[in-house]
Amino acid sequence: MLYLQLFLSFFKIGLFGFGGGLAITSLIQMEVERYGWMSPQEFVDIVAVSQVTPGPIGINCATYVGYTATGSVWGSVLTTTAIVLPSLIIMLSVCRAYFWIDKRFHDNPYFTRTLRMLRFTVIGLIASAALMLVRPETFIDGISWLIFALVALFTILPEMTKELIQKTSPPLREGLGVGLSFLSHPIILIILAGVAGYLIYA
Amino acid sequence: MKIGTFTIGGGYAMLALIQREVVDRRGWIDEEEFLNMIALAQAAPGIIAVNSAIFIGWRIGGWKGVVGAVLGAVLPSFVIILLIAMVFSEWKELPAVEAVFKGIRPAVVALIAAPLVKLARNAMKRPTPSPSVKGREWRNAAPLLISLAAALAIWLGHVNPVWVILITIVCSICSCFFRSLR
Repeated sequence: MLYLQLFLSFFKIGLFGFGGGLAITSLIQMEVERYGWMSPQEFVDIVAVSQVTPGPIGINCATYVGYTATGSVWGSVLTTTAIVLPSLIIMLSVCRAYFWIDKRFHDNPYFTRTLRMLRFTVIGLIASAALMLVRPETFIDGISWLIFALVALFTILPEMTKELIQKTSPPLREGLGVGLSFLSHPIILIILAGVAGYLIYA
Repeated sequence: MKIGTFTIGGGYAMLALIQREVVDRRGWIDEEEFLNMIALAQAAPGIIAVNSAIFIGWRIGGWKGVVGAVLGAVLPSFVIILLIAMVFSEWKELPAVEAVFKGIRPAVVALIAAPLVKLARNAMKRPTPSPSVKGREWRNAAPLLISLAAALAIWLGHVNPVWVILITIVCSICSCFFRSLR
């Protein structure tokens, strides 16, 4: 029964997972919470691990949830297959119709408008994923909020300071650009947050 | 396919790598087809990297290509995560590991929330720059109300995201239909 639930949920996630990894995260979170496969902390930990390990976040999450929910390798096999299956069905039919679609889909208003609308919905989905994770278990004290603020700041810093950096002299510009994009990389930030956590809480 | 192993951080980081391997080094498909592929892989639901792998696999080797490409894209992460999941379930109780994750959890929330700024900015840019009258720029931000409504519905209303996506698709198709009537 658990296996059937997992399969159906992850098939659904694969089928409706528009907009890449982060949006898929919010879909997975909803299913995980509904069936109580794991606690909210465990889910955040999984997202963290998925972000620092190589490979697509969606696959990483599916594999991890499958293992944790069932405690067996077959759970992982099942969830990963289930999340890939809709892609296979859809992409293969698209590939077969590729030349037909290629001519049509660029100027089909139904198609382009729906995609544009979905972009906004996906933004909402990602926002809700973040909002749902703001709970006492993840934000235990003021330091948590400080870490949150710092990581958010460093993530948007390269984007925000782009124009400012453009005005500086070339060697400084290069150095700042490289330094900022290094510091804003998710893996670096997660490692730094982990070190901070160890120093503060251990 | 060695692509799966070396990509960190999700779909968009992966596309550049796929391009180098498939277009530049092996010449399996050309630049233009690659761009079409990205458009399709992003438009279709599912994991972008997997969608790309299916497309490339199909173009190169038909069914066998698809099987090979999908396994190549999925297996490395699958094995790595499985090992981590097994080890982590043993280590979870260690106080040091718990301390590290106490620091990481808020960081993860920030990493999910912060890209929203860029996403919202990009989404607000219109595909064809419409003659925006001065003082009317706020109109471009109006669709962000859709995002807000979606986020609130899921967060406070506990609506399943699947419904939100379905409703978006239905509304958009209806609005297109009515436009075509006028």
